[in-house]
Amino acid sequence: MWVVYTLNGLYFAALLFLTSLGLNIILGVMGILNLAHGSLYAIGAFMAAWTVIQIVAKAPPFVLYLSLLSGLVLAGIVGFLMEKSFIRAMYKRTLEYQLLLTFGALLLLEDVIKMIWGGQAYYASAPFDLLGNVDILGHVYPTYFLFVMLITLLAGLFVWFFMGRTKLGIMLRAISLDREMATGLGLDIGRLSTFAFVLGSGLAGLAGALVVPTTPALLGIGMEPLILAFIVVVVGGLGSLKGALVGALLVGFTRSFGIAILPEIELPLLFLIAGIILVVKPQGLFGR
Amino acid sequence: MLTVDSLKKHFGFVKAVDNVNLEIKEGEIVSIIGTNGAGKTTLVNLISGYLKPDSGRILFFDRDITFASPYVRIKLGVGRSFQLIQLFGNTTVLDNVRTALFSKYGMIRKSLLPAERYSSVTDEAVKILENFNLADKRNLTPTGLSEGDLKILDIAIAFALKSKLLLLDEPTSGVATSDKFKVMDSIISAIKREKISTLIIEHDMDIVSGYSDRVVVMHEGKVMAEGKPNEIMENKEVKAVVFGIVS
Amino acid sequence: MVYVLIFIVLLFVPRLLSIHDLMLFEYGLTFAIVGLGFNLLLGYTGLLSFGHGAYFAAGAYTVGMIAKYLPEAYRLEILIPAALLFSLILAVIFGFLCVRHTKIFFSILALSLSMLLYALLFKLYHLTGGSDGLRIPLPSLLGISFKGIRRPEFLSGTYYYVLLVLFAFSCVIMKGIVSSPFGKALQAIRDNEVRAELIGIRVRRYRLYAFCISGMFVGLGGALWTFVNGHVTADLSHWVFSGEIVYMTLLGGFGIFEGPIIGAILFTYLKLYAMGNTQYWMFVIGATLIVLVMLLPNGVAGAFVSLFAKLKRRKAAEGSAC
Repeated sequence: MWVVYTLNGLYFAALLFLTSLGLNIILGVMGILNLAHGSLYAIGAFMAAWTVIQIVAKAPPFVLYLSLLSGLVLAGIVGFLMEKSFIRAMYKRTLEYQLLLTFGALLLLEDVIKMIWGGQAYYASAPFDLLGNVDILGHVYPTYFLFVMLITLLAGLFVWFFMGRTKLGIMLRAISLDREMATGLGLDIGRLSTFAFVLGSGLAGLAGALVVPTTPALLGIGMEPLILAFIVVVVGGLGSLKGALVGALLVGFTRSFGIAILPEIELPLLFLIAGIILVVKPQGLFGR
Repeated sequence: MLTVDSLKKHFGFVKAVDNVNLEIKEGEIVSIIGTNGAGKTTLVNLISGYLKPDSGRILFFDRDITFASPYVRIKLGVGRSFQLIQLFGNTTVLDNVRTALFSKYGMIRKSLLPAERYSSVTDEAVKILENFNLADKRNLTPTGLSEGDLKILDIAIAFALKSKLLLLDEPTSGVATSDKFKVMDSIISAIKREKISTLIIEHDMDIVSGYSDRVVVMHEGKVMAEGKPNEIMENKEVKAVVFGIVS
Repeated sequence: MVYVLIFIVLLFVPRLLSIHDLMLFEYGLTFAIVGLGFNLLLGYTGLLSFGHGAYFAAGAYTVGMIAKYLPEAYRLEILIPAALLFSLILAVIFGFLCVRHTKIFFSILALSLSMLLYALLFKLYHLTGGSDGLRIPLPSLLGISFKGIRRPEFLSGTYYYVLLVLFAFSCVIMKGIVSSPFGKALQAIRDNEVRAELIGIRVRRYRLYAFCISGMFVGLGGALWTFVNGHVTADLSHWVFSGEIVYMTLLGGFGIFEGPIIGAILFTYLKLYAMGNTQYWMFVIGATLIVLVMLLPNGVAGAFVSLFAKLKRRKAAEGSAC
């Protein structure tokens, strides 16, 4: 059974990694803690679920998986609209206003989701069912979970490569290190910030999209991932890719083993571990 | 009352402070001059406790404070101002100084009566403001003050802590040239009234010669020369190294 | 002086409002107490917590748990101090962890800890009633029992005056705190923590003091709220509820003492109006918040103060021009 628990841990960690990576990018590049991040996850989930349900009878399997990406796309678009309309105005303001603004966005978006998709649950299990199960070390394990891990790995590599090797990525990192200096170097902070926000939002949407074949899309689906993402950021350290990875793994495994051993203590155990880490290392494991 | 004995601080290969000896008597005003990177700010950081030396001692009224925390040194009477002004931006000028006094007297636990009721402390704060010519601005917040007044307020706060030794890091930097003397007059007259010893880092030689009892010249971490302002101004070596004047 | 007049007017409110409106007003008063406490931390010490619902829940659940497990002690004169005590204990524990950090980390940590409490309240349903929560019956006061009286009568009678008196008390005490040397020290920490440390203020320690006092006020508000609501659930510790507390404080303006009071009352009405008129009330509240942050950063009270100051300046200018 430990094999299954470990794999589950990796699965949870994968989804968490995507979500907190997005949060971290926005936080790192723009210095904004986006409380509406969970809503973007939810948007990704609903969009993907809805799309899959629409085309499941007519489309070939490959297209079905591709359609999950619709969640990423819509989340990115919403992120773009958010950034352009009001997040933009928040750079000069203090933290309180930023948090309040994104909180307002959260309330707004939760109801927008309700307006568009109503209050019902969307079951889009086809992508999960189609992949069937695989045999790992004598245990039967759903292939879809491995698929999710693969996608996350690809996404992670993409971001790592992007941030480290491409001109655009390096510019984003420059801004996160020192905003004023970056302006001095002539970087177009405005456009780059929009890009960072869209990227972060897209990652959240992707995570939401990937989860719907296993869980129905319901109102409030983004709340728990948001809190967990916060814990990952706090434990892993602000603005650190490595931190997001390690944090996600830590939280993912605690979740997996916690649920298996004693479901009630899972969340408190998580907080306990996070609390201990913070007491010992206040900036998080890899924080700046 | 301040004795710096064979103080050394190296950062890797850089000898920021290299075997420096310094003495300041009570009530003395000493200026440190030198080129950028000569070690002046490092020395002040060592004396105020933000850096710990690699070797050497610092004695304050014969008490060894070499490794004491900044907090302890403040309590003992070592005060300091910074190049970048550090004020309480959303509080009145009066409160900027009065809160420092409340803290000094250990009264910040008191949470039942309004601050105004503590008349002796309030009066003292007003007196300090008067010494620095800021009394008429007491109900303004720092946003309504000129650059020079901000600097004076910054030092007035350090002053309120009843330091016996004040370390001033470039007190007139950022102040308009026309205001520099006004600012220094306010500061120095208040200092002299209380007979506070002062160590000033300065680049402006007019200020240095106008207000110091003694000048210490630093270069590459070492004390290059010491003496009265006019002696230093005439010193050929100093002129060459610090001012770039070769004759 | 103005405040004494207001207090006298408030004494007559039960005669003026319908029972429904009165309950609404009482909700507003309890949140006003919460807002005062919260603003000590935000407006005066400069710390933004998105997790203060935890202390509200602490006060509220103290009442609920005593109702369930210690009914003999279910008296207001015991309930109020108990609520203050337990919210204080929680604030000390959580606060100790939080004040070691600043800014974003502080906010995230405060939020996370409140969610920890939420999870505990939710999962330990044998103890706490879980998602069903706990019922809040009418308490007795100084030996007078209210058995047989229906809640609306209780609320429009004795309870209103208890609440009003405690509200007035809270205002007076909080006003004293913020004008005192302690309050000035907190403001110094808010304005420049580096300099505050340099003038000898132990920043971490004073932040913790502010955090605890703030938690106690919020807990008091939570306890008083329970009697109006009749029911407590784990949601009180959810971060979205904490967000509403922040919202109220901003709505009124966190730069002025009275701001949170006005904000609390306004928000109570705003939320109810929205909930009564549309199923998309979160959209309304959210949009209002966004507009508010962008246009009225100093809150409603703050906007009034600025307006007042502007008019005064204009009058003075005109006066001197003559």
